[in-house]
Amino acid sequence: MDFDFNEEQRALEDTVRRFVAKDYGFDTRNAIRATPAGWSRNVWSALADLGVLALNIDEEHGGLGYGPQETGLVMNAFGAGLLVEPYLSGAVIAPALIRRAASADFQAEWLPKIAAGDAIVISLDGKRLTLTNGKLSGTLRAVPHGAAADLWLVAKDDALYSATPQFNDYPLLDGQHAADLVFDNTPAKKVGAGETATAFDIAHGIGLAALCAEAVGIMDATVAATTEYLKTRQQFGQPIGRFQALQHRMADMLLHLEQARSMSWLAAMRCTDTNVAERQRVLSAAKVVIGNACRFIAQNAVQLHGGMGMTDELIVSHWFKRLTAIEMSFGDTDSHLQRFAKLSRAA
Amino acid sequence: MDLNFTAEENAFREEVRAFVRAKLPEGIRQKVMSSQHLSKDEHVLWQRTLHEKGWGGVGWPKEFGGPGWTPSQLYIFEEECAAWGAPRLISFGLKMIAPVLMAFGSPAQQQRYLPRIMAAEEWWCQGYSEPGSGSDLASLKTRAVRDGSHYIVNGQKTWNTLGQYADWIFCLVRTDPEAKPQRGISFLLIDMKTPGITVRPIITLDGAHEVNEIWFEDVKVPVENLVGEENKGWTYAKFLLGHERTNIAGIGIAKREMTRLKRVAGAAGKLDDPLFAARVAQVEIDLMALEITNLRVLSAEGSKKGPGPEASILKIKGTEIQQSIAELLMQASGMASFQIADTANRLGANYCNQRKLSIFGGSNEIQKNIIAQMILGL
Repeated sequence: MDFDFNEEQRALEDTVRRFVAKDYGFDTRNAIRATPAGWSRNVWSALADLGVLALNIDEEHGGLGYGPQETGLVMNAFGAGLLVEPYLSGAVIAPALIRRAASADFQAEWLPKIAAGDAIVISLDGKRLTLTNGKLSGTLRAVPHGAAADLWLVAKDDALYSATPQFNDYPLLDGQHAADLVFDNTPAKKVGAGETATAFDIAHGIGLAALCAEAVGIMDATVAATTEYLKTRQQFGQPIGRFQALQHRMADMLLHLEQARSMSWLAAMRCTDTNVAERQRVLSAAKVVIGNACRFIAQNAVQLHGGMGMTDELIVSHWFKRLTAIEMSFGDTDSHLQRFAKLSRAA
Repeated sequence: MDLNFTAEENAFREEVRAFVRAKLPEGIRQKVMSSQHLSKDEHVLWQRTLHEKGWGGVGWPKEFGGPGWTPSQLYIFEEECAAWGAPRLISFGLKMIAPVLMAFGSPAQQQRYLPRIMAAEEWWCQGYSEPGSGSDLASLKTRAVRDGSHYIVNGQKTWNTLGQYADWIFCLVRTDPEAKPQRGISFLLIDMKTPGITVRPIITLDGAHEVNEIWFEDVKVPVENLVGEENKGWTYAKFLLGHERTNIAGIGIAKREMTRLKRVAGAAGKLDDPLFAARVAQVEIDLMALEITNLRVLSAEGSKKGPGPEASILKIKGTEIQQSIAELLMQASGMASFQIADTANRLGANYCNQRKLSIFGGSNEIQKNIIAQMILGL
């Protein structure tokens, strides 16, 4: 058993943390957020230069051939900096799906482009769409970064299609963008077939593990900032961190954080497990622990910051909003709790 | 990062599993699996069975006759023992006084006491808490006054677990009432047969006699029974509490009880109730997370980085989880579990008894103080 990261992984983490600290400060992020697209192509190019867009792509296709552990370290760092670029959709989930479900030709064409930052692919679950005579119809609501794509992929009936929907893009409270995507007899081109449902489930699980890591990165930063605030904020002639009620609240936040960290690592280790039930069981457990932690830490960070926690001026309020959104993403806590209960009973 | 045990560790697990299944008497197993208290003889029998195998000194290094296991092996051993329903180890000797004697005792003390702990020839109990000194342990008042070659001990100890079985008690006593509270405490070993010692039972929530209060009236203790130096007892006491916490998460027991909960609740049809099923699932998930957190702490211990205040995290979460399982087990059975005469399952009585978990070994509130101060620096 070994809970340490190796030197290569540490170096990657350092690189990304330095990028966030130096080139992705709170003001920079706010400026990006104020643009119509709500994310930055320049930042995307910088991420390509760092190599992190190539993380989940194999070396044969111009990538680095890393996996969920390394992705987790990157997501920790992006979490703390509240990155608004479509990294999770475009550089984690889409390549994971393509390498498992797309034809060799499609992989050869698109994976190198994704690795180089020249294309953003967004993958979609086609369950709620209809496919008739090679045409897709239906509407998908609030797709994360749904409008940021150069290419949309739809997993439907155990095959993979590319199709171009109409979209309505809008900003969310957490600084990310989402879009409603409308397919209306939209021509769909088959780009892969067979095992697509399994591939989509694994890619989605890899995404969920990465989301958990993002949450842990935010919660690390939130707990550290709140601890610091309790040491400096003076009331009744002393730092408020001397008060036991607040000390115990902070201890509870730390308990949530450490349990969340454990499950984030476990999710990264198991999200590619070939045993479907075990994979889903661990991922649901992780999402429940992380969801509960997100809510507890977000709410109490604002509470302990008092009125300042309510202001747009402090990054803590932005961490709060992202943590709140994460709890609702990829299935909320209740739905994963129920899925876990079912899987656990069957086990 | 690798969350798997090594091939050697897995082989060790098989060895422990085979041993426990072959050697644990079925009668004892049934009692453990149904939350019944064990007799002294049953505890002693199991400890002697381990000793015959060469595993008597669980957690001890080889130089003192222990098996010299790594933290991972120790974890595997405890997990396998708990899974099959082996008794908890008699921790007061094995895990509390023994490590103190190894670290601070004289060679004579080590030779006199350690082999008999390992062979279950002598039973130890703990003399820490007093009626006025619980969480604020350093305020303890039991006095020991030097009189030639003896100390004369007067005072009262309480919450003394299974002292009715004990041959020896290790005690924190005040030897310098003028010094700052922590600086005037010494660590004494006292023979329970010494005149002047009175043991009185305290009956707790489940109706059982598990703890006692103990009075000391002019009890004569030879000075060679002092551990380490006079007035340095607080250092040894803190060392002991640190040791006591290393398996505090109780993962093995919690996993066994979780299996039991799913069986009991399933048989009662309670898992068809989505609200109840969700509560069970939540605890099972918390346990899964704590197992990883525990392995993280263990791994840090193996690489000599810890154990530190993070043991407090394990204590709080571990006891909360065990208490939740006990509560759900009782609720799955309803009022039937609450009859005094329910000796077969004791689910109601067990729920009551498990309330102790968040109180002993440093209450969970004290653990939160430790986290706030030692980890967060507040």
